[in-house]
Amino acid sequence: MTDFTLWDIARNLLLAARWTLLLSGIAFAGGGFFGLVLLVIRTSRYKWARAAVKLYVELFQSTPLLMQLFLVYFGLPMLGIDVSAWLAAAVCLTLYSSAFLTDIWRGCVEAIPRGQWDGSASLGLHFLAQLRLVILPQATRMAIPPTVGFLVQLVKSTALASIVGYHELTKTAQILTNATFQPFVIFGLVALIYFAICYPLTRVSRRLEWQLAKSTR
Amino acid sequence: MGYRLDFGALAQYLGLFLEGTAVTLGLTAVASALGIGLGIAGAAASHSKYIWVRRLISAYVELIRNTPFIVQMFFIFFGLPSLGLRLSALQAAALAMTVNLTAYAIEIVRAGLEAVPREQSEAGRSMGLRPLLVFVLIVLPQALANVYPALVGQITITMLESAVVSQIAVVDLTHVADFIQSRNFRSFETYLIITLIYLALAVLMRRMLALAGRGLFAGRVR
Repeated sequence: MTDFTLWDIARNLLLAARWTLLLSGIAFAGGGFFGLVLLVIRTSRYKWARAAVKLYVELFQSTPLLMQLFLVYFGLPMLGIDVSAWLAAAVCLTLYSSAFLTDIWRGCVEAIPRGQWDGSASLGLHFLAQLRLVILPQATRMAIPPTVGFLVQLVKSTALASIVGYHELTKTAQILTNATFQPFVIFGLVALIYFAICYPLTRVSRRLEWQLAKSTR
Repeated sequence: MGYRLDFGALAQYLGLFLEGTAVTLGLTAVASALGIGLGIAGAAASHSKYIWVRRLISAYVELIRNTPFIVQMFFIFFGLPSLGLRLSALQAAALAMTVNLTAYAIEIVRAGLEAVPREQSEAGRSMGLRPLLVFVLIVLPQALANVYPALVGQITITMLESAVVSQIAVVDLTHVADFIQSRNFRSFETYLIITLIYLALAVLMRRMLALAGRGLFAGRVR
């Protein structure tokens, strides 16, 4: 039987952390894109469309992410799509982050004074041009700190992909534990790696928030 | 496409559903009571005059908030026995949920305490109350009223995140689903039903706690 040195364990965990980062990146990019589309719908004047987005957000925020993962994992094959753990996790986390991001951004758009809508409408801009040229540039400034904050939540959420069998950081830790019987060291290291990813994001988010508060005072 | 949804096969497991729900709610109740109690203590201590106390609390909060719950739980359940602390799955789950919720509760209550005007505690002191009584009778109720909605939100999140405790074989709602779908191979239907139960629990929990808050902090909760 091969012996694992501490370095072997750490190296394998660090390599596995790449997949955590990749999954987070994909879910964030995909979620950001769909979140933006949902945001446009959410701010449109169609009542039923707004209600639909609201329901979508509510469903994702009021059910466990683990259940969402299982439903995607077992649900997609019923539509005739063959899913790997990787695809299921990517799809699920993309939908999940689109729901949270659109909700965060909606708050920022709603914080823009009514006068900005009226003013831009009086210039003859139609809805999408209002959003693109007047509202979103102002809302973006407000949206960046909580968006970075959400990124922390997203990175942590990717740990659940291990349960459907996607080999990221947490799954690799479980495999290594079974091989080495050193759960204390391994899960301690894993926590540190997640911390090393998330803490800088937390700091950046807090600093941006502080700067924003200072500049708008 | 030959697949048809079939929920009929699930009716016989009603008892299991109820048991799982009880475990999920029980764990949430324990973690909430302990977590918010410790959160209040931690938030109060984060204004301590000793710098090491403040540092310790902020290190704890940052460590927990920046690592995934599932990793915290695995560390407690699989890691701590090598230090000689052997916990049952249920104990480990309750501990992990408490540890997790405490960190968030500290942050929330701390924000609530900071929002209470200084004059409130000065007025209390000038009436001759001891500092502890000023805190318990005057500052704390206002702070909790300020942040009650955030606490309710966090409790709900804790309940939803507790789905993960099924991974260390605690027989909660999710574990019940795992068991049933391994019997009848109706995975999607089973998880759909369980998801709807979670949804109902989350919605009901928010409603009930909001109502309770209205009674608890009469006139104060906005």
